[in-house]
Amino acid sequence: MIAALTEQPLLIALLALLSLGGIFGALLGFAAVRFRVEGNPISEQINALLPQTQCGQCGYPGCRPYSEAITAGDAINKCPPGGEETIQALADLLDVEPQPLDAEHGTEKAPVVAWIREAECIGCTKCIQACPVDAILGAAKVMHTVIADECTGCDLCLDPCPVDCIDLIPRKEGIAFWHWNLPTEEAMPANIIASDTRTRDAA
Amino acid sequence: MLGDIALLLVGAVLVNNFVLVQFLGLCPFMGVSNKLETAMGMSVATTFVLTLASVCSYLTYNYLLIPLELEYLRTISFILVIAVVVQFTEMVVRKTSPLLHRVLGVFLPLITTNCAVLGVALLNINQAHNFIESLFYGLGAALGFSLALILFAAMRERLAVADVPEPFQGAAIGMITAGLASLAFMGFAGLI
Repeated sequence: MIAALTEQPLLIALLALLSLGGIFGALLGFAAVRFRVEGNPISEQINALLPQTQCGQCGYPGCRPYSEAITAGDAINKCPPGGEETIQALADLLDVEPQPLDAEHGTEKAPVVAWIREAECIGCTKCIQACPVDAILGAAKVMHTVIADECTGCDLCLDPCPVDCIDLIPRKEGIAFWHWNLPTEEAMPANIIASDTRTRDAA
Repeated sequence: MLGDIALLLVGAVLVNNFVLVQFLGLCPFMGVSNKLETAMGMSVATTFVLTLASVCSYLTYNYLLIPLELEYLRTISFILVIAVVVQFTEMVVRKTSPLLHRVLGVFLPLITTNCAVLGVALLNINQAHNFIESLFYGLGAALGFSLALILFAAMRERLAVADVPEPFQGAAIGMITAGLASLAFMGFAGLI
């Protein structure tokens, strides 16, 4: 076997390079496991669940600080933009009991988007400085406008506006922003069929 | 012995400067020399990798390729060794020293394809250096590269604000400056 190998310089070359590559590959694979850099994985996962509105309603300056606070043991029910859905997801992730949304930090609202009434805008740039996600476009003494796709509806731009020309309007539904209408009092299953209301009116 | 090593270092840094006399590693020389700060980061990273790669390829050649009579495979195996050394170093640095990684981070993978690194490994073989000589030849080459890169970056920072005639603006004046710097380094030829 070995004699046959030594007569085949091509085979030796192939084997040598292959084994060199194999050894180096194993070394790098080992290094990738041994020297893996970890952030704080739990904090990362929590941050991925938060809505990234950066609105600060939880009392922290943004979603990442709040995710770090949750990792350190803060309550999970301080995020109004995320609502019950986020609380449920966080409870599943952290394996704790879901709690109702803490009303102290705000209530859950339908998704909104900021809208500048452009005729009234004086171009003061104060809302641009307040926006946590840089979704407002404009320059000094020039009309501003909101990039609707970037806006998280956090309402932080409303207070700084000296002429109150910013409205929060319901977000237009689309594939990217779909909002399920939950059954409400007006649309209870009993009222869905047209004949139901008619019979009730008649009665 | 010490005199030989000093001679080797001076030879590699000034007389046979890798960039300006042997014209190796020109891509980072032109590419990363726009700002002095990045040039310094690149220099430190290259010094580190060049020295290490020089030693590693020496070991590979003498303890793997020569016993197996596979000297003709040196180029491809050196490329492999250099790539692995760089990648491994990057992983270790990222784990052990985040600060150093922030300084060297972007530059380390770039150096993998720096021809000066392969050039040093092959020249070590051609000039039949022993282990210590390989180490210092790699170090000298790296210092020469750093010297050329930092000098050139400092010049280009001034060129950026200089009033250059329109046809020569940008890369053109950079090339001309590099050529003049190369001429200046040729003057070291009589040093040893």
